[in-house]
Amino acid sequence: MKVLVGVKRVIDYNVKVRVRPDQSDVDLTNTKMAMNPFCEIAVEEALRLKERGVASEIVAVSIGPKAAQEQLRTALALGADRAIHIESEERLDSLEVAQVLARIVAEEQPGLVILGKQAIDSDNNQTGQMLAALTGMGQGTFASRLEVTDEEVQVTREVDGGLRTLALRLPAVITTDLRLNEPRHARLPDIMKAKKKPIDSRGIDTVGLAANDYLRLERVETPAARQGGSKVASVDELVDKLKHEAKVL
Amino acid sequence: MSTLILVEHRDGALAASTAHVIAAARALGGEVDLLVAGEGVDAVAAAAARLDGVRAVLTADHAVYAHQLAEPMAALIVACVDDYSHLLAAASSSGKDILPRVAALKGVPQISDIIAIEAPDTFKRPIYAGSAIATLSNHAPLKVVSVRTSAFDAVAETGSAEIRALDIVVDNTLSTFVGDELATNSGPELGSARVIVSGGRGLGSSENFQLLDGVAVKLGAAIGASRAAVDAGYASNDLQVGQTGKVVAPDLYIAVGISGAIQHLAGMKDSKVIVAINQDEEAPIFGIADYGLVGDLFEVMPALESRL
Repeated sequence: MKVLVGVKRVIDYNVKVRVRPDQSDVDLTNTKMAMNPFCEIAVEEALRLKERGVASEIVAVSIGPKAAQEQLRTALALGADRAIHIESEERLDSLEVAQVLARIVAEEQPGLVILGKQAIDSDNNQTGQMLAALTGMGQGTFASRLEVTDEEVQVTREVDGGLRTLALRLPAVITTDLRLNEPRHARLPDIMKAKKKPIDSRGIDTVGLAANDYLRLERVETPAARQGGSKVASVDELVDKLKHEAKVL
Repeated sequence: MSTLILVEHRDGALAASTAHVIAAARALGGEVDLLVAGEGVDAVAAAAARLDGVRAVLTADHAVYAHQLAEPMAALIVACVDDYSHLLAAASSSGKDILPRVAALKGVPQISDIIAIEAPDTFKRPIYAGSAIATLSNHAPLKVVSVRTSAFDAVAETGSAEIRALDIVVDNTLSTFVGDELATNSGPELGSARVIVSGGRGLGSSENFQLLDGVAVKLGAAIGASRAAVDAGYASNDLQVGQTGKVVAPDLYIAVGISGAIQHLAGMKDSKVIVAINQDEEAPIFGIADYGLVGDLFEVMPALESRL
């Protein structure tokens, strides 16, 4: 079975983002970038499916600027067999990304698509569900466990009340949650070898995307800072302040 | 202009989130209808009809909608959303699952997790784990929006909306419900609790995590957890507060043994009063806490319990 995994280049999760003074967007110049953590989990799950003999080929796909090839190289170093890069310097909304991914799905005919549940930059949590809709597939969102057989995938999902298990007909779209696995790190020899693996890079203009102009980013602001930092010396003082100053007890 | 809201319910009970989503819909203006889909939804529909500001409660009662799986739910909503300018749902695990599927089927984008409404087509939402707030305008014919419920006060329950059954049955050959393992947490729900006592890695084990229970019971509080505590197996996943877990804004949030990574702060920094209890006086959580107590939580928690 071929597995398609999505890889998004985002700000490194340890880096604090800055807003541009003109409020037009966040400022990512000279910012450390990395693979979205939920995409790392998606890649790892695909690797484990291959190690178990369930997946035969892993194709990593990224839609984004030229530099997104760095994250595809990481996926290749981790063990993806080949990569597809759809180059777009412009920011796309989740629907547009899902539409491009649907094209790749039509070309590649994967048995399973694994995406991160959300990217830690836009925090949208939309693309997997949208791709499932556009391709007519079932969706297993926020997955914490997968069990793949010939005909179906059983997916255990992290939901508000606890865990829910569904069975989906294949092909299907899975989006990863934090507890699905713990991603491995790439080893140096594999990083060297990955330089020889193929990345099929094409411009966004080659996929026939009918971009929409529905969403417009009006401005980006820094949220009001919270005034904190005061300390109490004892439990008694804490209880007293909560009762008489904050009046929440 | 009119809004359709997807109602969330579980085990025959209306979820508290709907009353908050209605408040957001009323801020938009225009009529508000609710959609209750499931199997055996009469009680939920009756409860939903009591919420203020609702014109009609539409019901779709059929086995295919049992467990509210995304595939049939999205197909149902697509079949009945044409008359509306806005489609809203809570940014809960269920709303996050279903709404983008509807948006894509309708060929429109979605705006997720809004915290404020500037105009009927203009919304504010946090990005980058709440490090920035984006204002977006949406020019699609159908505006699909998920709502951060903690940002909107619930409407009251003095209404009496009309209940109307829809006769729409869709197919679902894509997904099958297998089972639920729902956590059995005593006490109030995280999303609607007035007080939350939340534990982190500092608690050290799942046995120690129960140190929170005494204080929580005295305060009638819900229990929460940081990602580190959930990853370590001290607490179940549904308790996780943060960027990728639940976003809460109680009157009082007591963070115990939580260092305060930005991903955790994203889920609780809008709480009215924040208390931090931590051994490490350099922990970033103290930077946003109204009251910080540096100390050994194994001494502090029993002492706190005895003084409440």
